[in-house]
Amino acid sequence: MGIGLALISVLGLILFAYLGTAVIGLNALFAVVFPYAAFIIFVLGFIYRMVQWGKSPVPYRIPTTAGQHYSSLWFKQNKIDNPSTAWGVALRMFFEVFTFRSLFRNTKAEILQGRLYVGSSKWLWLGAIAFHYSFLVIFLRHMRFFTPETPWVISIVESLDSFLQVHILGSPILYITNLSILAALLYLLGRRILDPKIKYISLPSDYFPLFLILGIITTGVLMRYFFKVDVTAIKELTLGLVYFKPVVPKGIGSLFYIHLFLVSILFAYFPFSKLMHMGGVFLSPTRNLANNNRMERHVNPWEYPVKHRHYEEYEDEFREKMKKAGIPVEKE
Amino acid sequence: MGLPRPEELISDVNLKKMPSKPWMDTLPVEFKPGFYCYGAKAKNLAYVDMPNARDFHVTDPDWKLPEDWKKIVLEGIKQRIERFRTFHVFMDICVRCGACADKCHFFIGTGDPKNMPVLRAELLRSVYRKYFTSSGKIFGRNGGARELDLDVLKELWYYFYQCTECRRCSLFCPYGIDTAEITIMARELLNLLGLNTDWISGPVANCYRTGNHLGIEPHTMKSTLEFMCNDIEDITGIRIEPPINKKGAEILFITPSGDLFADPGIYNCMGYMMLFHELGLDYTWSTFACEGGNFGFFTSLEMAKRLHSKIYEEAKRLGVKWIIGGECGHMWRVWHQYHDTWFGPIDFLEEPVSPITGTKFEHAKSTKIVHISEFTADLIRHGVLKFDKSRNDNLIVTFHDSCNVSRGMGMFEEPRYIIKNVCNHFYDMPDETIREQTFCCGSGSGLNAGEIMEQRMRGGFPRANAVRYVHEKFGVNLLANICAIDRAALPPLMNYWVPGVRVSGVTELVANAMIMKGEKEREMNLRMEPLPGKGGE
Repeated sequence: MGIGLALISVLGLILFAYLGTAVIGLNALFAVVFPYAAFIIFVLGFIYRMVQWGKSPVPYRIPTTAGQHYSSLWFKQNKIDNPSTAWGVALRMFFEVFTFRSLFRNTKAEILQGRLYVGSSKWLWLGAIAFHYSFLVIFLRHMRFFTPETPWVISIVESLDSFLQVHILGSPILYITNLSILAALLYLLGRRILDPKIKYISLPSDYFPLFLILGIITTGVLMRYFFKVDVTAIKELTLGLVYFKPVVPKGIGSLFYIHLFLVSILFAYFPFSKLMHMGGVFLSPTRNLANNNRMERHVNPWEYPVKHRHYEEYEDEFREKMKKAGIPVEKE
Repeated sequence: MGLPRPEELISDVNLKKMPSKPWMDTLPVEFKPGFYCYGAKAKNLAYVDMPNARDFHVTDPDWKLPEDWKKIVLEGIKQRIERFRTFHVFMDICVRCGACADKCHFFIGTGDPKNMPVLRAELLRSVYRKYFTSSGKIFGRNGGARELDLDVLKELWYYFYQCTECRRCSLFCPYGIDTAEITIMARELLNLLGLNTDWISGPVANCYRTGNHLGIEPHTMKSTLEFMCNDIEDITGIRIEPPINKKGAEILFITPSGDLFADPGIYNCMGYMMLFHELGLDYTWSTFACEGGNFGFFTSLEMAKRLHSKIYEEAKRLGVKWIIGGECGHMWRVWHQYHDTWFGPIDFLEEPVSPITGTKFEHAKSTKIVHISEFTADLIRHGVLKFDKSRNDNLIVTFHDSCNVSRGMGMFEEPRYIIKNVCNHFYDMPDETIREQTFCCGSGSGLNAGEIMEQRMRGGFPRANAVRYVHEKFGVNLLANICAIDRAALPPLMNYWVPGVRVSGVTELVANAMIMKGEKEREMNLRMEPLPGKGGE
């Protein structure tokens, strides 16, 4: 539900940015005010959400154990999927965050002629990993706009991303991530539309970020490969933002402002949305705790005493029966 | 059972077809017979001081709720958000990627989209968003939010008593969102209004009074154990006197009460006593701490703590050094993941050391609780026990990993090691259906009631399907397990889906093969059936 609403919202944002710059000419608003505001909302919002989550204590240690546990016996422990030490947890979280290990485990269930078949299914993992890493690389590449001299790390990322050395119709060198992120986004969007289960559970807030990022990527691709934009002017603008000396250079077209506005929206939207899974994954108690429950006590800060039945009451109720049956009692 | 034939039962399931109406528009929920448990009785709720104690009839339009029920639920949500980071984070970070969707045995067996873990959670998340998030308040339905009303409450009740808290979904979730945790919270909220089931609240009240779910009183427990010892004597020629409430014993042994009562758990119970007798173990039963299981866990965490408080209190009273726990699933989740936080520091017991082998169970040094499979595996490794494996030669065995021991603890090798040492024929089910990926029996977390047999047979279908595979391929005829609910739930499941496969605990297999000092030549197994080669198959 809500795919139309999400699409219209993103198209509306694009139109808004176009009208705002090309027609009304409020370039400063889109070049300076919105980016600053978005950045502030992002940083404060992100911190706020993490603090809010962090304020909720972890009363019990309940990791989801996904392999053989540690014990004093001779069986080989699965130290990554069922860690018993802080180092093990660090490894588990590393693989979770950087390789999407749980998603890699994914299977697909099908019922054929009354029988259930469960098989490996890596497509979602592939789509997710392609999207996230492409996004990361693109994000890093953009750091060249926010530093006067492009740091060597960023240059390496750029050269790796363009190692195919392909030019399309004489355009600038092709970045692999431009293709992979588009493919991944279309896959992630496609399965939301084509897989009936995923379609059924999807909310407008699931489609919206997909369309929003598609809009960002599309405008970026258009600027790089198809419509030449004044990169020098743009860098003047972005560096101005960094040095808190904002300038609004002339000759930057609406396409760029649409791109920048969508990015601003993404930043501002981030803390209030499911995109916060980026921070939340680190706080998930089923993943970030060691399974050492019988070795080390975990303390619940709000644990309180409970009313329960004591042996004395029990014996008072059953004493005669116990005595008759020859079961030892405290009070004869 | 009044169920359709197995080949027809799931013919209506189509995992690829979803209803035409959006899920928020399918209210009110239809209470289908066979899919919901009977409501709690007033006396059982009142006995343990649960709120709003009255006879609760699920299909009555009027649920006799307190007037301010909505306020109670919303304040309950707020309190739990502030108290549980799990709940707080899990309410916020789901991206609805759908990785969990086809992992739930109830979804696979029913095709009901609200049995997809993601949607089960969304039922509650939608309410959370409406009252606790800015996006839900501003965007309402478009923000995935909805008002809490009576129909929504009834839907929550229906679907959160259709989850067995098996955590299979949490294994596959990229953020570790654990539906069991969400179900625990949802059931706590429902219990604030007295919305429990008969099959959970009855055992809870029993357990509070007598120490066990079945309401077995001390003298009956003693005579039950003695009856078993009579059978043991008939089978082995050895007379065992089970120690009960014995002060100063080294070890307190506690098992789920299902082992004291129902077939095939009783054979496992005979097995425990035979094993301990053979070892000359200085142990004791307790008639008060006579339940390892904990139906309080299916009510609220507070109730779980109230029911298990007796365990350490009794260990202290009897002056034992440490505790061995029998074969049970959710019992071990509670013992392993909650006990030390609730009852620790447990400084009045000693770090467990096997008096037979000298092995220090350092991994249990804080809780002082050792699993019977850990204890037995260690014995076998040290060559303490002698076996005649041929006594189990009529059995072609596979092993069902119980959900809680698997995903709440991670004990996979111990029971397999034991089985392979006492049986000649063992075959595992396919990888996607065992160990951490194991499929639930379909009846856990208080859903083993007779009135929801259809839901149970559907939910148990993925498990049964894998058993059927090894049954057809290797001739498997015995489904071993280390869980009392399994021993109660799997026999009807097998009768329905895979006739010819029987169910047993692991210790039963151990005791059947174990050669005891001074025993007569055995003719019968623990079920008093002829042994193979002795008139058996």
